[in-house]
Amino acid sequence: MACLLETPIRMSVLSEVTASSRHYVDRLFDPDPQKVLQGVIDMKNAVIGNNKQKANLIVLGAVPRLLYLLQQETSSTELKTECAVVLGSLAMGTENNVKSLLDCHIIPALLQGLLSSDLKFIEACLRCLRTIFTSPVTPEELLYTGPDHQTILFNHGAVQNIAHLLTSVSYKVRMQALKCFSVLAFENPQVSMTLVNVLVDGELLPQIFVKMLQRDKPIEMQLTSAKCLTYMCRAGAIRTDDNCIVLKTLPCLVRMCSKERLLEERVEGAETLAYLIEPDVELQRIASITDHLIAMLADYFKYPSSVSAITDIKRLDHDLKHAHELRQAAFKLYASLGANDEDIRKKIIETENMMDRIVTGLSESSVKVRLAAVRCLHSLSRSVQQLRTSFQDHAVWKPLMKVLQNAPDEILVVASSMLCNLLLEFSPSKEPILESGAVELLCGLTQSENPALRVNGIWALMNMAFQAEQKIKADILRSLSTEQLFRLLSDSDLNVLMKTLGLLRNLLSTRPHIDKIMSTHGKQIMQAVTLILEGEHNIEVKEQTLCILANIADGTTAKELIMTNDDILQKIKYYMGHSHVKLQLAAMVCISNLVWNEEEGSQERQDKLRDMGIVDILHKLSQSPDSNLCDKAKTALQQYLA
Amino acid sequence: MGIGLSAQGVNMNRLPGWDKHSYGYHGDDGHSFCSSGTGQPYGPTFTTGDVIGCCVNLINNTCFYTKNGHSLGIAFTDLPPNLYPTVGLQTPGEVVDANFGQHPFVFDIEDYMREWRTKIQAQIDRFPIGDREGEWQTMIQKMVSSYLVHHGYCATAEAFARSTDQTVLEELASIKNRQRIQKLVLAGRMGEAIETTQQLYPSLLERNPNLLFTLKVRQFIEMVNGTDSEVRCLGGRSPKSQDSYPVSPRPFSSPSMSPSHGMNIHNLASGKGSTAHFSGFEGCSNGVISNKAHPAYCHSKHQSSNLNVPELNSINMSRSQQVNNFTSNDVDMETDHYSNGVGETSSNGFLNGSSKHDHEMEDCDTEMEVDSSQLRRQLCGGSQAAIERMIHFGRELQAMSEQLRRECGKNTVNKKMLKDAFSLLAYSDPWNSPVGNQLDPIQREPVCSALNSAILETHNLPKQPPLALAMGQATQCLGLMARSGIGSCAFATVEDYLH
Repeated sequence: MACLLETPIRMSVLSEVTASSRHYVDRLFDPDPQKVLQGVIDMKNAVIGNNKQKANLIVLGAVPRLLYLLQQETSSTELKTECAVVLGSLAMGTENNVKSLLDCHIIPALLQGLLSSDLKFIEACLRCLRTIFTSPVTPEELLYTGPDHQTILFNHGAVQNIAHLLTSVSYKVRMQALKCFSVLAFENPQVSMTLVNVLVDGELLPQIFVKMLQRDKPIEMQLTSAKCLTYMCRAGAIRTDDNCIVLKTLPCLVRMCSKERLLEERVEGAETLAYLIEPDVELQRIASITDHLIAMLADYFKYPSSVSAITDIKRLDHDLKHAHELRQAAFKLYASLGANDEDIRKKIIETENMMDRIVTGLSESSVKVRLAAVRCLHSLSRSVQQLRTSFQDHAVWKPLMKVLQNAPDEILVVASSMLCNLLLEFSPSKEPILESGAVELLCGLTQSENPALRVNGIWALMNMAFQAEQKIKADILRSLSTEQLFRLLSDSDLNVLMKTLGLLRNLLSTRPHIDKIMSTHGKQIMQAVTLILEGEHNIEVKEQTLCILANIADGTTAKELIMTNDDILQKIKYYMGHSHVKLQLAAMVCISNLVWNEEEGSQERQDKLRDMGIVDILHKLSQSPDSNLCDKAKTALQQYLA
Repeated sequence: MGIGLSAQGVNMNRLPGWDKHSYGYHGDDGHSFCSSGTGQPYGPTFTTGDVIGCCVNLINNTCFYTKNGHSLGIAFTDLPPNLYPTVGLQTPGEVVDANFGQHPFVFDIEDYMREWRTKIQAQIDRFPIGDREGEWQTMIQKMVSSYLVHHGYCATAEAFARSTDQTVLEELASIKNRQRIQKLVLAGRMGEAIETTQQLYPSLLERNPNLLFTLKVRQFIEMVNGTDSEVRCLGGRSPKSQDSYPVSPRPFSSPSMSPSHGMNIHNLASGKGSTAHFSGFEGCSNGVISNKAHPAYCHSKHQSSNLNVPELNSINMSRSQQVNNFTSNDVDMETDHYSNGVGETSSNGFLNGSSKHDHEMEDCDTEMEVDSSQLRRQLCGGSQAAIERMIHFGRELQAMSEQLRRECGKNTVNKKMLKDAFSLLAYSDPWNSPVGNQLDPIQREPVCSALNSAILETHNLPKQPPLALAMGQATQCLGLMARSGIGSCAFATVEDYLH
């Protein structure tokens, strides 16, 4: 009964409360049910639109009594209904009123009321529930308990029950039903698969949705039905090349992005379209040519417009409110459009100052806009040509490095992924990024809890080490530390392991680098290699590890680390006879490097390996049906002949 | 290949878009050419197998293209009128299939049109009206009220004026007078209508001799019909039993709907009561099958035509010939109709010939139903005296026509009117004759409205109610828009707004 006595101040107000308020409450306790009913009805009339009266009655403890009457078996339905109406009226008041009602556990009482057989009582309970749940002070969890509400609703036959409402004569009902479906279908293959086969008045649901996105229908209806179809398509229930997607949903969503639409509609349209075309290059191509979409999106950056600032304060306010939303929606859609097609990326970048806009977006205060801008750039950074040109011209790396300094994980994942692209060897941004302390930053990422960030960190380091100069490699090794390297080699995430091996391989390339690194870290690296070759790993991991060994074998002094390690030599021998050609090849490269002529001590190495029976294996492999393997074996054997 | 639009006279040897008054979208570079040799980046390139659509919007004078059913966005704005679809081919051996709608378009043009129809209708619905509060409403109320007053719906007009706080421009008595006259006209009681008009508005018809003539011609027709008061009293029938003015199914153009309604019910009741008097004629009306009654029917006809011969001769030789034919052929209906056919144009003859059989069939099939209508289909109500009166009246009318011609000069309208009216007598069954539509009660409406307008004019009130004027104006306006090439008129019709 927390609502009864809240604060002393309330109590002092109470002293001023007129006797009439108390009279209303007193009447609820009358032994005559008929008088109680009349009392509730009078109370109803007294509280309508009167916030003060509502507060008074709450303070005087009317709520618990009303709830008691509402739940009492012996109460007449009429009385119950009137109680629910009064409670609904009280909920219409201030937020404090709603809090007080919640404190009295009104929700379960009203939900219980829904089980009644009396329609009027149910309606009153529903009205009251709606008022309470539309209040910002009500936590949603009170109603939704499970994690998967879609499934709960689905399992309770929501689809069939809502479907027939789509043909209701009332526009409002049709609209609400449509909204329900858009929420139910979102990222839910089970619901979506069911929806495509639902018949309403002999028509399939997708056909009904298509009718609802006809151009003479209200915009809200067009947009929501386009959402339904989009979600069903993304959930795999409708093919991406289905006419209802290609010729109906997609064009409808493009129209929603047009200048003629309201700002809110344009945001929703662009976001939904971005979601629809994200995984499908054909849809991306169609969208890119439809109604000058790419140019149309450029208008999303023109809010608040200079005109609105001068002429109309109200409009300026409206524009400002939506400016962020518009920008992030445009970025998202550009990101989807440019996800796969080089020509589309080029078209986007060639759109008026688009690179400037995206780069500016990287440093916006709104996380949503920053994230979308990074996504957009990431999508565009998949283009080799753009990396070499626009990305360099606009010094994209600078704001990107800034974003990486301090950002939520969400942004970091995309930004670091983009950094990977910018660190590719052909990217002119590689140099300046290194100079701005990227090594430290990336090494930091490899220690993240988030596997996606660890992958991106090590991936970027791998790209960075590719054909890099000695100094950079040394920096990476120093910064990362061998301990961390080992940790990454035993990472639970396969991607992390693969990229770490890739990093090692890139570090161990060109003879002087190999010798240098092996002279300082040889012991640890050999240990790691042994460990992986002995561990339970898939073919790709083992292949990558054997390639590392092959690189080591290419060193001048580093060779000796293998030659003196009989354990490793036995392992190489084993893999030469492995059933998997890839592993045989990698092991063969290793041997080839070890027996290579014209190098100091080649004779000794050849002898040792022959003693191990390697030559016999080479002879066998030179008869192999695999031409690659056969060639490699012959080359190695030739070293013995020379 | 270039696809686009050209005005008349543009050089057909060049791709559309390159020259003045020509517009095009070129497949090789995807550019649009707006009367210029240099193109603008517009859309994707297109090639073999692609379906390119070109849509001109005559409402906003823009043009957009489609590729394989996908709209590429607006290519040209501010297009001039009268452009022709144009395809320019440059490469030898190029082939193009043109579809002007004979096959369904790949692009959903219907949906596009739906959007524009909705837009235009929204534009009409949201048309800004008077700023000052209540002004619009007052104007609408005035329009409704004046319409009610004009057509003499007194009680409704009065009630409407009361509930909307308006004053009725015309005195109630005056409205009632007009209504009385209108009722008479619409009931076919022309003689009384003329008389009442002369009583209430003494100089009105004197000043409008043409109107008087029109009224008298109508009176003659009603006499033939047997509805005019003068012949009715001679026929000895209950005067109201002949009144067959139906409830008009046209809600707007018929001003008489509500006044005539009450009368109709009344007539039906009295009509039933009066059938007993004419039981003898009932058989006669079914004369086509009943031999007994047939001679009686023809006899009266016979007489009337004989009497008419000289007069009709003066009007139309061939008609009198027909009547003569009829008299000589006596009861042979078929021959009668056949000779009619000869006298008339061939198409009429054909109609006559075939319609006769139709009616016979109808009579057989629906004997009971047609009874009452057959009852009325007696020349002048079937009374000999009435026929004589009608003949006499016809002579007077002829004289009046001649006098009018002398005083006011030739009037082709009047001449035709009279000729058509007299033609009724040339047929054994005027109601089913080629000129029979004159007997249709609906023909009373224009006469009624002409008389009503004339009375209103003498009161310095508008000849037409503002509501009808506004409707006419809107209709004319749409026609003018169509002629001027303003496309939005295609999506607006006055009928859409008359519920």
